[in-house]
Amino acid sequence: MLLTLYKLMLIAILTGFLFSIFLVFAGKYLKGRLAILSALVPLGLFVYFLNFSKRIANGEVISQTFEWVPSLGVNLGFTLDGVSLIFALMITGIGFLVFAYTAAYLKGHEFLDRFYGYLGIFMAAMLGVVLSDNIISLFVFWELTSISSFFLIGFNNKEEASRKSAILALAITGTGGLLLLAGVLILGNVAGTYSIAEMLSSKEVIADSAHYILIVLLIFGAAFTKSAQFPFHFWLPGAMKAPTPVSTYLHSATMVKAGVYLLMRFTPVLGSTELWNSTLIIVGATTMVYAAIHTIFRTDLKGILAYSTISALGVLVFLIGLGTQDALLAACVFILVHALYKATLFLVTGIIDHETGTRDITKLAGLRKVLLPVAIAGILAAISNAGIPPSFGFLGKDLIYEATLHFGNSAVLLTILAIVTNILLLYAGFLAGIKPFTGKLPTTFEKVHLPSFLMWLPPLILATLGILIGLFPSIIQGSLIQPAVTALGESGSEIQLKLWHGFNLILALSATTIGVGALLYFIMKPSQKLENGIAKLEFIAPQTLVEKFGFGFGKFSRFTTGLIQNGYLRYYVSVIILFLVILTGYTLIQNTKYVFDYDSFSVLTVYEVLTVLVMIVGILFTVFTKSRLAAVAAMGVVGLAISLIFVYYSAPDLAMTQFSIDTLTVILFVLVLYKLPKYLNFSDYKVRIKDGVLSLVFGALITVLALEVLSEPQGSQLTDYYAENAYVLAKGKNVVNVILVDFRGIDTFMEIAVLTIAAIGVFSLLKLRLTSKNRR
Amino acid sequence: MEFLLAILIGLLYASGLYMMLRRSLVKLIIGLILLSNGANLLIFLLGRITKGKPPIIPEESYNFLDAYADPVPQALILTAIVISFGLQSFAIVLIKRAYKVVKTDDLDQMNSTDEFS
Repeated sequence: MLLTLYKLMLIAILTGFLFSIFLVFAGKYLKGRLAILSALVPLGLFVYFLNFSKRIANGEVISQTFEWVPSLGVNLGFTLDGVSLIFALMITGIGFLVFAYTAAYLKGHEFLDRFYGYLGIFMAAMLGVVLSDNIISLFVFWELTSISSFFLIGFNNKEEASRKSAILALAITGTGGLLLLAGVLILGNVAGTYSIAEMLSSKEVIADSAHYILIVLLIFGAAFTKSAQFPFHFWLPGAMKAPTPVSTYLHSATMVKAGVYLLMRFTPVLGSTELWNSTLIIVGATTMVYAAIHTIFRTDLKGILAYSTISALGVLVFLIGLGTQDALLAACVFILVHALYKATLFLVTGIIDHETGTRDITKLAGLRKVLLPVAIAGILAAISNAGIPPSFGFLGKDLIYEATLHFGNSAVLLTILAIVTNILLLYAGFLAGIKPFTGKLPTTFEKVHLPSFLMWLPPLILATLGILIGLFPSIIQGSLIQPAVTALGESGSEIQLKLWHGFNLILALSATTIGVGALLYFIMKPSQKLENGIAKLEFIAPQTLVEKFGFGFGKFSRFTTGLIQNGYLRYYVSVIILFLVILTGYTLIQNTKYVFDYDSFSVLTVYEVLTVLVMIVGILFTVFTKSRLAAVAAMGVVGLAISLIFVYYSAPDLAMTQFSIDTLTVILFVLVLYKLPKYLNFSDYKVRIKDGVLSLVFGALITVLALEVLSEPQGSQLTDYYAENAYVLAKGKNVVNVILVDFRGIDTFMEIAVLTIAAIGVFSLLKLRLTSKNRR
Repeated sequence: MEFLLAILIGLLYASGLYMMLRRSLVKLIIGLILLSNGANLLIFLLGRITKGKPPIIPEESYNFLDAYADPVPQALILTAIVISFGLQSFAIVLIKRAYKVVKTDDLDQMNSTDEFS
């Protein structure tokens, strides 16, 4: 039984992909009432991963490797330890509730199957991220989460704002993905392995390597973009354009924590250095305070939740930066706490939006009268968010304060930052979880009715869990938290999660947080005015700067594209010739000897000189005449003069051919000439001079090249072969003819075929009658 | 003579390119013809020119008794002349048809399919 469970890991991860492929074919059957069946996929996976919890609790680490590209050291290696298990259970558990919720939320939506498909891809990719041991496959799954997030944010693709947000999110997280690729490649090179488990043993080698700083910065870049850390946070509020189930699942509970996961995963490998800890503390602290302050200025429920999510992610990065056992423990607990209450609040917001049609916090009130179960869920989540005992959130907050208080010299400063953040987060939680349900119900909302249980049950389950775990922390203490902390490299003392620690400083801090936060909630009223106030500062916001950069870059590339790809064929020709002249000319000037053996050249006779003169005049006339007929005639003269040259220099066949073809061309030209418009000179003087100079330089280059080739000795065995065998093998005395019809007979046959095709083309063009219908 | 021919070839290339850079379709084709004439002469010249010794084996002989002009470039050029005639005749007829439909032989007014605005 357990052996098969092992073997199933790859299939379990790929299930989401298989599910999506299945939807391509069977999607239309799953759009209607059967949509709820989709939820069985994450539920099954949740049960599957839950099966491992006992083994993980016993300190086992389950790993499994499949070869993928062994020659490059890339394989599908999966490891399930405490950290992975927490994430896997969150992904599948919340996934299950979100899948079920979606069935009601997007009921009857035209593209419901597509939506489930994207969610399936995301779930599989996210499981891949948190279970991969090989960092290359981790990167691949990481990119897949960004891509599925792109599709989900842009799900309402008829709205411009959705498309824009999707592109912005992809640009930021995609850039992070590239940084991650660079980071893991360098890391793999330094460590000599792509397996995280094997890297643990070469921690010193990596830390002492010259590339250590680069690796850390690249990994940071990936984590900060994905987990929306300042100054890369701005894609997350934009991502709230996605349907609420997506915001719940990807942009608060799971995907945005991939960056946090990455940092946790690499803490035992790269951590415990000044660079690692200080950077994470500074970035995390900045993010948590900055985003928490932002929540005050929002009136859109999802906007408030987005900023409080960013702030919570900042708290997590901050805790990982502290890096002590207390801090890592707090991080592990806070991930769960946050996932439970924030997912609840998002789902509650989704219901409010779905039923009332607004998310404006200034308009919402009194909904408890019509949406009672939703109100209970919202209030429970707000309690856990606020850290009011006996909720799970209280436990989490205690651990955070414990971590900051025991952090050496800067303990006071860090604790103050944590308190400020928590007060503001409490305020945000109260706004989202309590404010819409209290007070007097506006008459406009009296007709609001409770949606299907599929929508209100999931948030209620999550919110209840948030209280239950607080009451009985032993549920997760041994099975999840202890193995997770062990996996992070802290194998110290045994962990005790307790609600009650007695009267001490931490309790006082908790009480202060709750008191000040509640006071803030009663004094401060969210208003449009505040939101407009902060909007004035937007011109220095990172988002504005990035958008400006993107806009400018687009303009720049449009400019260069317009310059190079302007659609004029002759322009392309000039550029090609110009480069040819410059490159070849440079080589020629460098290497030419300019020594010509004039003696080997044949003697000039009067009639030859005359022929050449006629040609020169003909060419100049062709170029400069204003009459088209004259140009064609002069061109004919040039052609005939060439056939004379063929006569002089022992090429009777060529002379014949040139003569007849040249005549035919001129006749054909004249035949169609009278139909054409006036022979116009379109270009101005300047363009003609420019083209003329380029043409002359090009011509000169060809002349020099020809003379250069002539100064080299000639040797051709081919000629001798044909000369000797023309009569012997082919019974012909005109060697040119023998070559054409015998030695290279197939070529000539093809040539005839080409001419035939051209003739058919000419014929059909002449006979083509465009009726007025298809001429349009 | 080789020297004169080389200059002549250069002139043919230059005038061919210049005509190809014009906006009129007719000039484009005239340029193409001049350019292909230049290319033919270039091949001819680089195969070394010989006076009065065509590559034809004399009567009563199986082999060349005397020096002879190189037949290989001649075979190549013959093919080239014929093929370029196919191209030219097609192009000339195409201009005629194109003009009938779009009423212009200005290339700039024919590039609307891939115009970058």
